[in-house]
Amino acid sequence: MASAPAQADLRTRLQNFIPKLVLAPSVAVIFLFVYGFIIFTLYLSFTDSRILPSYNLVGFENYSKLFRLSHWTTSITNLAIFASLYIGISTLIGLALATFLDQKIRGEGLLRPIYLYPMALSFIVTGTAWKWLLDPGIGLEHTMHLWGWESFQFGWIKNSDYAIYTVVLAAVWQSSGFVMAMFLAGLRGIDNEILKAAQMDGASNFQMYRRIILPQLRPAFLSAFVILSHLAVKSYDLVIALTGGGPGRATELPATFMYSYTFTRNQMGIGASSAVIMLMTIAAIMVPYLYAELREKK
Amino acid sequence: MTLIKQLKLSAAVLALTATTAAAADVEVLHWWTSGGEAAALNVLKGDLESQNIGWMDMPVAGGGGEAAMTVLRARVTSGNAPTAVQMLGFDIQDWAKEGALANLNDVASEGGWDAVVPAALQRFSKYEDQWVAAPVNVHSVNWVWANKKLFDDNNISVPTTWEEFEAAMQTLQDAGVTPIAQGGQPWQEATLFDSVVMATGGPEFYQKALIDLDPEALGSDTMKQAFDRLGVIRENVDDNFSGRDWNLATAMVINGEAGMQIMGDWAKGEFVAAGQVPDEDFLCFRFPGTQDQVMFNADQFAMFDQGGTVSEEQAALASAIMSPSFQAAFNVVKGSVPARTDVPDTDFDACGKKGMADLAQAAEADMLFGSLAQGHGAPASIKNAYYDVVTAFFNGSFDSETATEELVTAIEIAQ
Repeated sequence: MASAPAQADLRTRLQNFIPKLVLAPSVAVIFLFVYGFIIFTLYLSFTDSRILPSYNLVGFENYSKLFRLSHWTTSITNLAIFASLYIGISTLIGLALATFLDQKIRGEGLLRPIYLYPMALSFIVTGTAWKWLLDPGIGLEHTMHLWGWESFQFGWIKNSDYAIYTVVLAAVWQSSGFVMAMFLAGLRGIDNEILKAAQMDGASNFQMYRRIILPQLRPAFLSAFVILSHLAVKSYDLVIALTGGGPGRATELPATFMYSYTFTRNQMGIGASSAVIMLMTIAAIMVPYLYAELREKK
Repeated sequence: MTLIKQLKLSAAVLALTATTAAAADVEVLHWWTSGGEAAALNVLKGDLESQNIGWMDMPVAGGGGEAAMTVLRARVTSGNAPTAVQMLGFDIQDWAKEGALANLNDVASEGGWDAVVPAALQRFSKYEDQWVAAPVNVHSVNWVWANKKLFDDNNISVPTTWEEFEAAMQTLQDAGVTPIAQGGQPWQEATLFDSVVMATGGPEFYQKALIDLDPEALGSDTMKQAFDRLGVIRENVDDNFSGRDWNLATAMVINGEAGMQIMGDWAKGEFVAAGQVPDEDFLCFRFPGTQDQVMFNADQFAMFDQGGTVSEEQAALASAIMSPSFQAAFNVVKGSVPARTDVPDTDFDACGKKGMADLAQAAEADMLFGSLAQGHGAPASIKNAYYDVVTAFFNGSFDSETATEELVTAIEIAQ
């Protein structure tokens, strides 16, 4: 009588315990390699680390140096231009493509993967391909000249003021199809009954999208925003392959800035402080947004 | 149990084979990947192979070695440093400061390095009186490489002053060729600017501004004038230069698409590899206004500490690098001049002979200056700050006045 509940107790306790035990290593690894290194970076940003980490604290010196660097100002301006255009245009194109594909057209099964395939390429491939396409000496401009359109000019990639827009172009090309897929899934999830009811009430097509469909796509908007914005902030490979940060330093982004200061320029302290600023920027944008969106669900 | 035992055994075997492989091989990290450079490196490979030492090649492309230095840092932090690494100037000092380099004093005294290597070079090869690197060559960056046919066709004689240089560029422009072939990477633009600063301000100014980093000199009108001149050169470069590799720019001169390239003497290797002959197919002359100075950088091989001692292969590699016969054979192919001053110049071509004579003369007259763009003026952080400003100016983001102001701030922050 006394032993039976105790045994059952042990079993339930074991059952409760095992999932935790199984998860423990990965949780520990995440804590060390994600949060541990965030704290380490934070610490390094207050030290005078140069070629290798040092533990000599210097206060906010790295941060004050960072914000006096015109190179850093260029990087964050570029990120602002890149992120807003990239997220905005990808979302618009993705939404438009999804809406058009959702009109029960013929050949959807063929069109959908065509739009989606750029996402299967890595950013390095996209960057290299667009680099060749946009290069005035071998790409589009050259081809147009060969075809007889001598006055055609498209040298954005070689122009310090416009090169950042070529990065947007390549990134939008790559991601729009993926955003389309997300919106398409959202559109397919909308209950047809509601649409029929709206039609019966005499709603126009525009009103239906404006009042019924778009509001219901809200979760898709959230996912698109979260995915695109983290891609924008961490984008490194695309810039490296497409422009190499150039012409000059005109297309440097905070990610490339952080990498070069930390690993090639022997200024690990400044590199770490730029990483911390990047983290805080993302947190400042994402946390309120996620908070607002997720609270409503409850 | 047996499984674990087997695993342990195979791990032990693996470890053993790994060490035996390392005992007969040298792993060399370098960034000599272009045609002329690879040919020069084969001389060293052949030399070691004749001593039965295997060569594990570890090339990391990218002139100036930025990428190679990143790989090196990863290798060292993971405790797996290569045997020997190609390095430039202050990088050697930085790594020596971290205590990562082996002490080559025994090999050096055996080979009598102290007597034959110029003092300006020893400043980089030695750290606190210990030899930590073996210099392979001395490059100088204040060279102009020109297409002789274009010069003859347009009646251009070798310019010796800035005005003549400007006129030569104008003549080439009028003849419908690109006057200056320029590669579009920050280090190349900065390498060009080294020569412009020297020519504009003279040796004292160069020393003060780009080596002693005096803020007053950096922000002076002379510096602004140097930027103005760089702007003139920029106008004589084609619009498609950004991102171009240096050897592609050299190819433009070889093919006659462009008249001149201002580049270190490694460019000669490309001419030679293309079967061209100095003074017949191409010309080499000092950047106008820097005829008496030699602005150098030296490739050296630093040996990484293998548990407190210099291993046999490292010693063999170091003495192979420093042997006069190798220095001659290697530098004939590479385009540079030997790091030892006692090597006869018989095998060298006209440009090589001129380079060796210039070096000897400059060393004598104290006119040997480290090139900032090549990591021989100041440490990497300052070199890169310099790149930032020069490349931003060259690509049109700054005017010369802003560039001068930015140079002062950027260098102050990097210090």
